[in-house]
Amino acid sequence: MQVEPLPSPARQQLADHLLHRLHDLQDRHHYIPPDTIAPLAAELGLPITQVESVIDFYSFFHRSPRGRFDILFSNCTSCGDLALMQQLCDLLEVQPGVTRADGMVSIDQTSCVGMCDQGAAALVNGRTLARLTAAQLPHLANLVNTATPLDAWPADWFAVQDNIRHAGLLLNDTLSSGDGLRAAVQAGADQLLAEIKQASLRGRGGAGFPTAMKWQFCRDATAPEHYVVCNADEGEPGTFKDRLLLTRYAQQVFEGMALCAYVIKAQHGFLYLRGEYHYLVPSLEATLDAMRAANLLGENILNQPGFDFDISLVLGAGAYICGEESALLESLEQKRGVPRVRPPFPVTHGYQGQPTVVDNVETLLAATHIALHGGQWFRDHGTEQSAGTKILSVSGDCATPGIYEFPFGITLQTLLAACGGQDAQAVQVGGPSGTLVSRAEFGRKLAFEDLATGGSVMIYGAQRDLLAVVRNFTHFFAHESCGFCTPCRVGTPLLRNYLDKIATGHGTAYDREEMARLGKLVKRRSHCGLGQTATNSLLDLLAKFPQVCADRLLHQDYEPFFNLDAALATTRELTHRDDAEAHLS
Amino acid sequence: MSKIRIATTSLAGCFGCHMSFLDMDERLVGLLEYVEFDRSPLTDIKHCQPCDIGLVEGGLCNAENVHVLREFRQQCKILIAVGACAINGGVPAMRNHYTVQECLEEAYLHGVGVDNPLIPSDPELPLLLSKVHPLHEVVRVDYYLPGCPPSGDAFFAILSDLLAGKEPSLPKAMLHYD
Repeated sequence: MQVEPLPSPARQQLADHLLHRLHDLQDRHHYIPPDTIAPLAAELGLPITQVESVIDFYSFFHRSPRGRFDILFSNCTSCGDLALMQQLCDLLEVQPGVTRADGMVSIDQTSCVGMCDQGAAALVNGRTLARLTAAQLPHLANLVNTATPLDAWPADWFAVQDNIRHAGLLLNDTLSSGDGLRAAVQAGADQLLAEIKQASLRGRGGAGFPTAMKWQFCRDATAPEHYVVCNADEGEPGTFKDRLLLTRYAQQVFEGMALCAYVIKAQHGFLYLRGEYHYLVPSLEATLDAMRAANLLGENILNQPGFDFDISLVLGAGAYICGEESALLESLEQKRGVPRVRPPFPVTHGYQGQPTVVDNVETLLAATHIALHGGQWFRDHGTEQSAGTKILSVSGDCATPGIYEFPFGITLQTLLAACGGQDAQAVQVGGPSGTLVSRAEFGRKLAFEDLATGGSVMIYGAQRDLLAVVRNFTHFFAHESCGFCTPCRVGTPLLRNYLDKIATGHGTAYDREEMARLGKLVKRRSHCGLGQTATNSLLDLLAKFPQVCADRLLHQDYEPFFNLDAALATTRELTHRDDAEAHLS
Repeated sequence: MSKIRIATTSLAGCFGCHMSFLDMDERLVGLLEYVEFDRSPLTDIKHCQPCDIGLVEGGLCNAENVHVLREFRQQCKILIAVGACAINGGVPAMRNHYTVQECLEEAYLHGVGVDNPLIPSDPELPLLLSKVHPLHEVVRVDYYLPGCPPSGDAFFAILSDLLAGKEPSLPKAMLHYD
C-alpha cells in the first residue's frame, strides 16, 4: 500500500495548496497580479484555467488592487452594521467597493464573519475586528491614513471573547490531553465504533446523519487511502460555536479526527477552516505540534504499530458554499467549491476519489468525549431521536448573546428565558437556511425531530423589520450561490429583486405571488442544499407573518421593476432632447 | 360564434419568433377557422383593438417598445411573452454589459467606418432605454412561451390549449432544447 508521506512535525507553515498560495499573493500585492497566474499554475502542476476559475470563485481573491488596508464589514443581521461601514467610508472619503485613489484603503461588505455575539464586526486584511462602535471609527480612520501597521493597532480591537453562557455535558467536561485516544486504543477500533453507535451521535452540522453509520460506510469501502475531514467552514450566518470550540477545545476536536482515523484507517486528515477564522491558524498549528510531540499524532500513535495519522489545515477564502461537504472536498482539491452530484457519497468517493468522512467540528469533539465516557453516558441526554447536547450560537436581540449548551429537546422558550430574549417577535433557528419561528411556536423543541439546527439561533425583537431580515438573507444567498445550477443561480437574484421592490414601496400583490411561486421552484429544483434551503425564510415569512409583506404592497395590479423615465435620462442627455416622446410616464 | 382575436408584434427581437409562428404551416389554415388577426406584421394593422390574445416577441430596448407593449397589455385579455428576448432580454440584452453611452459612442462616433460622427437626435427616433429589459419588468405577463425561437409545435400547443379553454401546459419535449 502506498503510504502518503507524513508532514514534518516541525512544519509551521500551511501546506502547499492553491488557496494558500493565492492568499499569499493577495496579501503581498493586494490583488492577484495577472502575471503571477501562469507561473503559479506551472509550479503547482495545475491548468491555468483552474487557477483562474478559483480566483474568480472565492470572495477574498481580487482581480484589481484593493487597498493596503482592505476592510470588510459583516452584513449579517447579528454581527453586521452597514451604517458603521458608511460612516467609515465618509471618514476615509472612499466609496464602498472602490479602492481609494492613493491605494491606501478599500471598504466593502462581506457575509457573516462569525462574531454574532460581539458585533459589529469587520475584517481588516483578514484579521477580525469585533465589538466595533461608531466612537472608535475616527481613531481607526486615523490609523489607516497614517498607514499604521495592524500590529500597532489597539490589541483589544482584535480580541475575540468566548462568551460561554451555559456549559453542559461537553463544555463542562474536563478532559486531559489524549484521554479519548488512550481509551480508544485500549478498547480497540471495533469497540470505539460500537460506543459511537450506542451514543446515537448524529452530525452536528445540521443534517443529523448518524455518525457511526458514516464511519462504518467509510471503513467498509476498500480503497488505497481513507481520509478524515473536519468541516470548520462555519459560514451559516449566526453560527459561531465552532470558532469557540477551535479556540478553547481544539485538542479534543483534533483527537476526534484521530479517533475517526483509527476506525476508518485513515492516515491523513484535513481541517478546512473558513478564511474568516484566519487568526486561529497559529494556535491550531501549535496545538497540532503539541499533539505530535505527545505522540497523539504522527507515526505509531500511542505506540500502536501502524496507527499513523496527521492533520493539515486548509484555509478557505470566503465561500459559504464550501460548508457543503462535497463543495468542501472540491475546494480541498484546489478547485472551485461547486457541489458534486451525489451519489456517490464522500464515504465511498470523497477527497481525491477516496473514501472520506466529513464531520462537523462539534461532532468530532463529542466523539472524543464518547470515547472516554462510553456511548451510554451520551445517550442518557437529549431526546429519543436526538441524543446528547447541542452547542448553540445565540445572537441578536437578547440580553446575553453567546454560547449555550443544552440537551437536545429544550424548548425555544427555555432558551429564550436563559438568554434574556423573551420579548422576541421571531427567532431564526438554523441560520438563514433554517426556520423562521413565530412567537406562537416558541414551545417547539430544538431537536432533529422538530427544529433542526447546526447551532444558529438568531433572535429578533419587536422593533426589528422582518422584511429587512429576510431581504438580508435573500441577498446573502444570491451572493453565495455558486452558479452551477440555474434554479439557484437565476432564482435567488430574482427573489432578491422582488424583495428589494417590495421593500422600496414598489411591490404589488402580483410580485408577492410571483415571489412565492418562484421560492417554491428554487427550493424544489436546486442542485444542492444551498438552493433547496435558500427560500425557507422567505416562504416562512409569507406564511407566518403575512402582514409584514401585505403592509408594504401597493394597491394596484402591477408596478414596473424600474423607473422608466429615469431609464431614458442618459439618452435624453446624449441627444439633447426633452420633447414629449423623450419621456415615459 | 365570433372568432378569437389575436394580435402579434415584435419589439427588440429579430422576427425569428414570427417566422417560427408560420412554421405551424398547414395547421394555420385550420386555426383560421377559430381565430382572426388584429394588429400584427401579418395584417399591417397599426394599432390594437380589443383582443383576446397578444403574442409579443422581443424585449424592451427603447421608448417606443414600451408604448407598444402597454398598448398590447391594455387591449389584450391574455398577454404572452414569446421567445428568449421577451422573457430574458436575449441577444439585444448583451448590450447590458456596457452603458448605453458606450453603445451609442461605439455605433455613431468611434466605430470603424463611421462618417460624420454624430449621435442622432431626430425626435422621430425612439430613445434607447439605459438597459434592455424583459417584458415582465414593465407589464404583467400572463404566460411565457420559451425558446429561441419557440417551435411551430409550441405555438400550436399553447394556442390549442387556450382555444380549448385550458391552462396552457407545454410537454417537456417542447421545453427541451439540446
